Amino acid sequence: MTSTSSKSARRLPGVTRRTFTGSAIAAAAVAGVAPFNIVRGQAAALKVGVILPKSGPQAFFGQSCQRGIDIAPALLAEMGYNVKLDVTSVDFETNVDLARSRAEKLVNDGAHVLIGPFDSGAAGAIAQVAEQKGVPFMINIAAAPQITEQGYKYVFRNFPTAPMLIGNGLSLMKEFFKATGATPKTAVFMHVNDTFGQASARGVEALFPRLDMPFKILETISYDPAARDLSVEVAKAKASGAEMVMLVSRLNDSILLVREMVKQRFEPMGIISPGSPGMYEEQFFTTLGKFSEYCVTNVPWYNPKSEIAQKVAGAFRKQFPNDRLIGHIFNVGFSFESMMIVADAYQRAKSTNGQALAEALRATKIDKRVMIGGAIQFNEKGQATTIASAALQNRNLEPKVVLPAEAQELKPVFPVPGWNNRG
Amino acid sequence: MPIELYLNVALGGVLTGLVYGLMALGLSVIFGVVRVVNFAHGEMMTLAMYAAVMLFVYFKLDPLLLMLPIMAALFLFGYAMQTAVINPFITRPEHSQFILLVAIAIIMINSLLMFFGPNARNVLVDYAYDSYQIGPILLDKVRVIAALAALAVAAALFAFFRYAPTGKAIRACADNNRGALVVGLNVKRLYALTFGLGSACVGAAGCMMVLLVDVTPMLGPTYTLLAFVIVIVGGLGSMGGALLGGLLVGVSEALAGLVLTPSAKSMVTFALLILVLLLRPQGLLGRKA
Amino acid sequence: MSGPRRAAPGGRARVLLGLLLALLMLLPFVVNPYLLSVLTLILYLAYVGQAWNVMMGFAGQLSLGHSLYVGLGAYVSAALFVHYGVPPALGFLAAILVALVFGAAIGFLAFRFGVSGVYFALLTIAFAEFTRIGFDHFDWVGGSGGFFLKVAQRDYNDLVNLRGSPEMFYYLLLAMTAGCFLLCHRLMQSRIGFYWLAIREDQEAAQAVGIDVFRYKMLAVMLSAALASLAGVFTAFFNNNLFPFQIFGIEKSIEIILGPIIGGLGTLFGPILGAFVLTVLAEGLRGTMEALGVVLPGVKQVFYGICLLFVIMFLPHGIWPSLRRRLGLDSDGGR
Repeated sequence: MTSTSSKSARRLPGVTRRTFTGSAIAAAAVAGVAPFNIVRGQAAALKVGVILPKSGPQAFFGQSCQRGIDIAPALLAEMGYNVKLDVTSVDFETNVDLARSRAEKLVNDGAHVLIGPFDSGAAGAIAQVAEQKGVPFMINIAAAPQITEQGYKYVFRNFPTAPMLIGNGLSLMKEFFKATGATPKTAVFMHVNDTFGQASARGVEALFPRLDMPFKILETISYDPAARDLSVEVAKAKASGAEMVMLVSRLNDSILLVREMVKQRFEPMGIISPGSPGMYEEQFFTTLGKFSEYCVTNVPWYNPKSEIAQKVAGAFRKQFPNDRLIGHIFNVGFSFESMMIVADAYQRAKSTNGQALAEALRATKIDKRVMIGGAIQFNEKGQATTIASAALQNRNLEPKVVLPAEAQELKPVFPVPGWNNRG
Repeated sequence: MPIELYLNVALGGVLTGLVYGLMALGLSVIFGVVRVVNFAHGEMMTLAMYAAVMLFVYFKLDPLLLMLPIMAALFLFGYAMQTAVINPFITRPEHSQFILLVAIAIIMINSLLMFFGPNARNVLVDYAYDSYQIGPILLDKVRVIAALAALAVAAALFAFFRYAPTGKAIRACADNNRGALVVGLNVKRLYALTFGLGSACVGAAGCMMVLLVDVTPMLGPTYTLLAFVIVIVGGLGSMGGALLGGLLVGVSEALAGLVLTPSAKSMVTFALLILVLLLRPQGLLGRKA
Repeated sequence: MSGPRRAAPGGRARVLLGLLLALLMLLPFVVNPYLLSVLTLILYLAYVGQAWNVMMGFAGQLSLGHSLYVGLGAYVSAALFVHYGVPPALGFLAAILVALVFGAAIGFLAFRFGVSGVYFALLTIAFAEFTRIGFDHFDWVGGSGGFFLKVAQRDYNDLVNLRGSPEMFYYLLLAMTAGCFLLCHRLMQSRIGFYWLAIREDQEAAQAVGIDVFRYKMLAVMLSAALASLAGVFTAFFNNNLFPFQIFGIEKSIEIILGPIIGGLGTLFGPILGAFVLTVLAEGLRGTMEALGVVLPGVKQVFYGICLLFVIMFLPHGIWPSLRRRLGLDSDGGR
């Protein structure tokens, strides 16, 4: 189906019903309705196809990332990018097979560049389409290291791989102990056993000896991502006698874990994540209240002192007055940066041609960014290398940057007060 | 590892297992009488959990007090669903019923997603973090209360089937469908009642579960599967079996988490299921077909 | 349940089938890459539905855990390729072997111990879930972290290593689906097919007339498992990354069985039609939602569920049997 027939399908809504009973081609024409319609006819709009999991198990994250995409066009224009972006967003329903066919559809409808998908499996599938079609693919969030190890020419990732993330996180942990003057001697390492959790656990295993960490891991406890109940896991952790809990989690499990720790009266020196979602998210605070306090997450984060980050924050508040920025900023920050990188590359390439865009993307160098770290740049594999992690500590029901010093909002506290000695 | 640890974990397993048991009880009751396997069971519980969250948010009432209205609502829901949709499927083959209920589950999950969004919701009662300490044993207050409530609901249901005339009629209907028809029982209505009762059960379980876990639209399928395992282990159609199955699954999962790596603990549950199916396919307390 | 007809395929059905095949062979030349990917998805579901249909539609054994065999096929062939450099053209034999062993084990246990009906269905789920969690902890193939194949080249088509263009994968699937169709057709005409039919309709009666029920049920399970494992080999090399929860998950098993049931259980053409209808429905709903500007996540799936509900309520035997009647193909044999 070319766009001619798609257009006619849209002009004649009656076609929709008939095609269901009609032939294969006719029926598929309904699916082929070209969504890039806003600026058709105007010159030089870059068609951006966004693929996110807006339903299914990862719905929350997909919808959160979408907010970062939504605020981008207006904000980028305001920031002085003189490019037109024609954005079409689709939902891959947290289904990898669908991610692939959604990508095919976007490319077929004329997308010049793809952005997404908050999921390593889907990223792997979309990357293959992008590579085959010569359409640049800008990964906003996905940590599996293999994606940028395939020798792809059109795939770019502005997100650290799991080993990078963990490496940054562990190094930051040492600084954190130095800054607070308290170092635990032992830790129990708990991690969720999903794609991300296992990649992170492997990172910990590989990097821990090399980084000369000051504490020993007494026990590693991996738990089910769909766990309904983590009481056994916490009992086991408590029984290990470790002084600190090192945690790689998702959201729901981090809530279950802390709640169980309170109930089982397990009071370690602190809970520190070397790089994972969960403990800085809105739901964590609203659910756990004072028990959410003082948890530490070392994770890529927006730089509260960056000018662009403040603009993003302002735009977000204006467009989504009912949402708390802090619960979305991680997803929004990276998704917005993806849009910014793409807009920047397009401005330099002055062409919607895939190869030209890819070359421009490879030459990216953006100094002013949302997230903490060096200028946005990609290596020859298309992997961003300068994203740093910040140590966030939950204080007054918000994650606050406590390290690195240049972005610090509050001084770190460690060891943390006991469960019953809080406000 | 110290013995207290095992004891603590096993007791926790018992308490959680009772709540699981109540949830599975609903499934078992429905299958025992209507002979339809409710593949949307976990989704119905999710529905009840959302109801509890909403009522809690608006009226600040403890979900356990909300149990009765939610049970009533789920009863009506189940009754209506049986009458309107499921009844024609009673004589259909299993795969047909399966697809029907899968379709219902898809609709329920995604309607919840549409209305409530993907965020996890929860109910925060003031005793959410309390626990009782008895010597070396530490009991989670929420679990204790939920388990007691589960026992109470189960006991009420047992009493209903044993003593109430309608309960007896339903049992008669399950034992001998044709006989029930012959003596003039309104089988269709009894089926609907049973489906309603099973749904009310899972509604009650939802009110307790919402104290233990946060609810998201996607929660259903895991619990559907769990309910199946429990019911098969205990004996499909046997009410006591469902509670026993819940206990067994709760305790064995808890202990497996200690002995094995916790992320593999569900393997033990499925292994248990496979063993029971092979050695005693009718379930531990089930009657031979 | 509409039974498979025994009559030799009539001329009219043959002509229609030939036309369909020709159409499917020509389509890649006219459709765009997106539609090709949709067609590939349809063929995949048709193939794997056909494989499942052997066990349920022909022999009456309800499996709700068929993703087990698909996943095993995928992991075996991928692991051989990644770790030992064995090309899938050979690796598929190992995939079949492993699936046969698993199918035989499950069948043996179930049928020897008299597990049937709903219980059998739940047993298949239990095995699939058990295996999924096992693979989550199986480090040799990446565990839950995922197993990635090197996407080395795509410039020329290499059937031995299954590396190449989407068109190559499409034609491979078309060949698999056509082959499976022919195989099923032959089986249904054969003695085995008759035995299966007898077992499906009334196992005790079949036993009474001297059919070795155990043996033929085993045959159905093993054949179905072997066929499904080939779909796994395809998936592994088409997607190039495997995750236990995505390939062994119960959602995948449900996806496998929807097509044949909606299309027409036990018929030869049902799985193909079902895969087509469901995929076009899903894509059509997506397209319609996009065209109407509905962005609320979940709406499409609700409509999908409602459509599913209506089909199963009003066409209990699936779409194909009633369509067949309308097309006047009924006397032509059950396709």
